[in-house]
Amino acid sequence: MTTTTAPAGLSFRHPWLRIVGLLSAPLAWLVVVYLGSLAALFVTAFWTVDDFTGQLVRTFTLANFSEFFTNPAYLGTIARTLSIAICVTILCLILAMPVALFMARIASHRWRPLLVALVLTPLWASYLVKVYAWRAMLQPEHGVIAWLLQPFHWSGPGYGYVGIVVTLTYLWLPYMILPVYAGLARLPQSLLDASSDLGAGSGRTFRSVVVPLVWPSIVAGSVFTFSLSLGDYITAQIVGGKVTMLGNVVQTTYVNNLPFAAAVATIPVVIVLLYLAAVRRAGALDQL
Amino acid sequence: MTMTRGTKTLLCVLAAIVGAFIYVPLAIILINSFSVDRVLSWPPSGLTLEWWGKAFQNEGVRSALLTSIGVALLATAVALVLGTLLALALGRFDFFGRQAISLLVVLPIALPGIVTGIALNNVFTSFLGGLTLLTLIIGHATFCIVVVFNNALARIRRMGGSVQEASADLGAGAWTTFRLVTFPLMKSALVAGAILSFGLSFDEIIVTTFTAGPGITTLPIWIYQNLFRPNQAPVVNVVAALLVIISVLPIYIAQRYSNTDERGAGLL
Repeated sequence: MTTTTAPAGLSFRHPWLRIVGLLSAPLAWLVVVYLGSLAALFVTAFWTVDDFTGQLVRTFTLANFSEFFTNPAYLGTIARTLSIAICVTILCLILAMPVALFMARIASHRWRPLLVALVLTPLWASYLVKVYAWRAMLQPEHGVIAWLLQPFHWSGPGYGYVGIVVTLTYLWLPYMILPVYAGLARLPQSLLDASSDLGAGSGRTFRSVVVPLVWPSIVAGSVFTFSLSLGDYITAQIVGGKVTMLGNVVQTTYVNNLPFAAAVATIPVVIVLLYLAAVRRAGALDQL
Repeated sequence: MTMTRGTKTLLCVLAAIVGAFIYVPLAIILINSFSVDRVLSWPPSGLTLEWWGKAFQNEGVRSALLTSIGVALLATAVALVLGTLLALALGRFDFFGRQAISLLVVLPIALPGIVTGIALNNVFTSFLGGLTLLTLIIGHATFCIVVVFNNALARIRRMGGSVQEASADLGAGAWTTFRLVTFPLMKSALVAGAILSFGLSFDEIIVTTFTAGPGITTLPIWIYQNLFRPNQAPVVNVVAALLVIISVLPIYIAQRYSNTDERGAGLL
């Protein structure tokens, strides 16, 4: 009996023993494989490649960053990538709001789990396939949108900036709907009743009561839509035509000039971290 | 909210439009896979089952499917072990660095795929002597841990610690308690986590591009390679439809295994 109780007693008296036992394998993996790789990449960003030999030159330099930030073409890319990410975030919010309001405030409780499942399902459909679907939608001559607009003698947006914005909006929309829905569902009915008792119409209640209260949820959703858009490159390849984003620069340069690619790759990460630091104040991180 | 009838109707209509926006592209993929056209075009000039048959006879598609399944199974196995261990540690104990660890688990899917991709690519090619099937599995397992972890953690929090304490009071050791008490209670959450992890790995394209050895083709890689080849459109359409079906099924199965308040825990 003593032999079997000893380990349990030991680990209950010394919880750190169990913590170490439980954590060592997964932490070794995440720290060595993942953090180690990220750190190596970050260090590489400050190295260069010898133009003649193609070998890594392991001396600290800011050359990659200065090359990036002095080249107008790259500055254009970063501005374009940011504007795409902002447009996608705003569009996601505009589209998510009616759906979330419908789910949280109009649909009956019985239907809510089904509606959540309906919003979640496309998230699990293959990312690549969803982008491919938009290639079929946006195809300039024989696409679904071109076909829909044909009777009005309008032409569709085709592949390009608008195509990227629409496709990314499609990809990340569920990430905005779900937190906003959760925020709206938590809203106490009494506050809304109070607002209407005081004479506010639906529009006024929405602006002055609903939006301020679900703001942290909106910001939480925007973290996903903004940062996922910022790092994307496959969408631009498939529906972007000649339009490129930051990710495309990384993807095309990493084979021959890894340090430069590493430097470019840190830019979206830094922007996302700055954004996260900014939204911490909105209390949005508790909603993630 | 006290909404007027008009507002309610307007919201219903808008929600229906957005619902169509979400589901029409997926429907187009399914319909296109039956199209007789050899290039991507809408509307299809006729419907046929021919390409489904051709796709299943396609050697490239079949081996890519097997590779995808194999990689997803192995990555899920690793993620199951590591994710469960992490969840047990973080769900039970409060210790210094706990917040940092939960952030670290999410990082592989929170950072842009291309950052994770080239970071792993750089280390694998410099220190492991190149990319292989193993590096691909390591890459996938790294971002799969989070879904298993989230599902397991949600279950452990619901469970509380009293049953384990009771088990220890009755004289069971840590391993016996895990085997006879904790694990059976966690099993359905782990099944849900494993299914979601499988789906995540099965669909992954960006990390795969950067960590798969030469010649290793998963289904998404196969689509990506054949996407721009005009004469391959019909088979690509079928594989795309197949991927939609295979990746949408798991969520229904996973839903059956998880509790209402844990739904969606795998992702958000």
